[in-house]
Amino acid sequence: MRRIQIEGQGDFDEWRNAARALLAQGVWPDDVAWLSAWEDPGLFGEGEVPVMPEDGARITVPRSFAEAAEAAICHSDENRFPLLYRLLWRLQSSRGLMQDRADRDVAELSRFVKSVRRDSHKMKAFVRFKELDTGMNGRRRFAAWFEPDHFIVARTAPFFARRFADMDWLIATPKGTASWDGQNLAIDPTPASKLRHTDEADELWRIYFSNIFNPARLKVKAMQAEMPKKYWKNLPEAQLIPQLIAGAEERVRAMAAAQPTLPPVFHERLQAEWEEEKSRTLVTPADAGAALAQEISACRRCPLHGPATQAVCGEGPLDAEIMLIGEQPGDREDLAGRPFIGPAGQVLDEGLSQAGLARDRLYLTNAVKHFKYEPRGKRRLHKRPDAGEVRHCRWWLEKEFELIRPKIVVALGGTAYQALTGETKPMEEIRSMPIPVDEGRMLFVTVHPAYILRIPEPDKQARERQRFHEDLQAVVRLHAAQAA
Amino acid sequence: MRKSLARRLAILSDAAKYDASCASSGTQKRHSGPGAGPGGGLGSTEGSGICHAYAPDGRCISLLKILMTNFCIYDCAYCINRSSSNVERARFTPDEIVWLTTEFYRRNYIEGLFLSSGIIRSSDDTMAEMVKVAEDLRVKHDFRGYIHLKTIPEASPHLIEKAGLFADRLSLNIELPTDQGLSRYAPEKKPLGIRRAMGDLRLKIEEAREPTLQTRRRKKFAPAGQSTQMIVGADGANDATILGSSARLYSSYSLKRVYYSAFSPIPDASKSLPLVKPPLIREHRLYQADWLYRFYGFSVDEITEGREDGMLDLDLDPKLAWALGNRDRFPVDINTADREMLLRVPGLGQKVVKSILSARRQRKLTLEDLKRLGASLRKVKPFVTAGGWSPIRLVDRSDLRDMFAPQPEQLALF
Repeated sequence: MRRIQIEGQGDFDEWRNAARALLAQGVWPDDVAWLSAWEDPGLFGEGEVPVMPEDGARITVPRSFAEAAEAAICHSDENRFPLLYRLLWRLQSSRGLMQDRADRDVAELSRFVKSVRRDSHKMKAFVRFKELDTGMNGRRRFAAWFEPDHFIVARTAPFFARRFADMDWLIATPKGTASWDGQNLAIDPTPASKLRHTDEADELWRIYFSNIFNPARLKVKAMQAEMPKKYWKNLPEAQLIPQLIAGAEERVRAMAAAQPTLPPVFHERLQAEWEEEKSRTLVTPADAGAALAQEISACRRCPLHGPATQAVCGEGPLDAEIMLIGEQPGDREDLAGRPFIGPAGQVLDEGLSQAGLARDRLYLTNAVKHFKYEPRGKRRLHKRPDAGEVRHCRWWLEKEFELIRPKIVVALGGTAYQALTGETKPMEEIRSMPIPVDEGRMLFVTVHPAYILRIPEPDKQARERQRFHEDLQAVVRLHAAQAA
Repeated sequence: MRKSLARRLAILSDAAKYDASCASSGTQKRHSGPGAGPGGGLGSTEGSGICHAYAPDGRCISLLKILMTNFCIYDCAYCINRSSSNVERARFTPDEIVWLTTEFYRRNYIEGLFLSSGIIRSSDDTMAEMVKVAEDLRVKHDFRGYIHLKTIPEASPHLIEKAGLFADRLSLNIELPTDQGLSRYAPEKKPLGIRRAMGDLRLKIEEAREPTLQTRRRKKFAPAGQSTQMIVGADGANDATILGSSARLYSSYSLKRVYYSAFSPIPDASKSLPLVKPPLIREHRLYQADWLYRFYGFSVDEITEGREDGMLDLDLDPKLAWALGNRDRFPVDINTADREMLLRVPGLGQKVVKSILSARRQRKLTLEDLKRLGASLRKVKPFVTAGGWSPIRLVDRSDLRDMFAPQPEQLALF
């Protein structure tokens, strides 16, 4: 049996050097006894500090083990030393061991790591600085007393240096002290004795603590699970907890028993102002287009308005000669309240500029004015509007026709065609040719730009894009022919 | 006579406690220590939030959560600060809020500030003053801790723009799950305005995430995203409606969180709302269901299909309730099932599922292994097969529900 001497205050290098030497010497885990000077000072000097042999081979471990071991070594359970050495030993022959988190040793290691991380987290949470004074150099000075379960002071102190850089501070604990002066972070492993400073700000903090508490939702167990009683003695707010709990029920009873009161005087005045405001905000729309947009925004003709952000109305000059009709707004359009600004809108814009059509001379709208979708996690899946929804929304499309009186109507996709004619037909039967409709108006059908985006094969997508551009060029020729 | 700072702190934190959110996580990492750049400043954020205290209501205290003022021109029936209430009123100056935030921060009481406010004069006046507090903290005091600002839906875009520059998180409360509920209980609030504001926020946040062409750097705009809150139990909406609303909000506006706040008695309450015990278990079940939707691949329909009234089972957690209603999908073999199905097993959380997937590449897993991975065997056992364990008859038992539902309280002789 080898008796190995170790300080055992969370110093990873100390343990690592010993373990590497033992492993290089081929010492079995069962043949090592670890003597920690911290746990049993009587044993100090009883054991050896193993030395790395000259010809010791390089030892490698998975990174996950190194990280876990660095944390676990801070644990106060003396079993951490043999456990870590056993794992180091086993890792030499089974490299995938760390992936098997159900393994006894790996599970035990993760229990240690979890406990150390939690302790470190609680230190970040529950250290309470008290202001002492201002130093000669003008820096404010603070001190705190904290009682950790494990040897986490060195591990956790850099957090405080990153956070409280512009003040001098000191955190004293029974397992050592950390201090910061703006330049250096000093760690002293000597056990400190309890600090007893006071700070006037604690009173304001207690006022906050007692008033942010809602007596109608008493959940003492939930509080204690996260803020165990062992921490209370060093938390200035915790002394209030018993009285807050004791008084909660009475406060709730009093709220329920209180008679309704008359509103304060200013309430009546404010209500009168709201009424006035309501009549004032009924702005008269600037033109017939704005008037229609206002009507569409308030549409409740079908249930689609419920989940949507807003109705997306048509956009463009009221004297536009060409009107483009899509299916329905998509995700981006629904958010921004404008038609054809998402990915499909970009495909359309590209086609328009290829064909030499200025977007601001066109009237762009959709067969259905609200976005129909299905929530799927963090995204919205587009859902095709059904015949009934298209029919309901035709009401608005007709109003847009009356207003714009376009000479050419371009239906982008089957839904737009269906909205205009009430029929569904295969795209290839109706696409790319002018179809005369009433009042000398021409209908021209092509695909919806979103269809192009959904084609997975790159060359097929390129071909369809080309065809779409050609269709828009045909619209330009049709428009020129009409003018002539 | 002007009230003391202490008195106003009492009033304005009391007025803020009905906002459930206190999160300080998920923002960019920054610090003021060595290497942090000129000035140094005060504060840091490191990804995960820190709860510095817990109140006896079980809620975490991470931020200084206060109102700038509790004067309000709105008259929302559920709110302690509504204009018709006789609650004591007060207000802070921006300097006072800055002082409280930095002094609390230096003593390590808090991670930062969550500032909200009643609406005074106009939406823009109120928003501008809140933005000023955030700006002072960031610019004058080089404060690098966490800031959460409540946004006012009707505020001008340039104020929201500025708010997002200084704040880590912005939030806007939807308050009630349906537009009808909102019109009834919060007549001055406009549902359309709230949705549009959330939509605008999402677009702004996403725009900032795109690296710019010249510098290839991302702009900073509300790096911890946006969140919202719904009050549960004030109007008659059932759980299916509430969760449907949440799904809509998550998918539409990329919200980081929807908070559910059980409607709780307030001093000087409105006559239009009953002062009943807050439905805390219902709130808890809604959070569990929310998690199932966001992280476990459940749809809202699946979560709420079990009962005709659209309410969640208060006795069973929603995953267990779903499993009991879908016994034909069980037992699941933990050594072969895919991730999606493992996530649907009662008692297996995301972490445990991850560990199962990794460990079973090494060898065949047993129930004992599941226990070491941190699963609750009592819950898991009836629903899985593992090395040496098969529960086939257990899933068919007619009393399976009784094994999990709380025991009825024994009657005592009187």
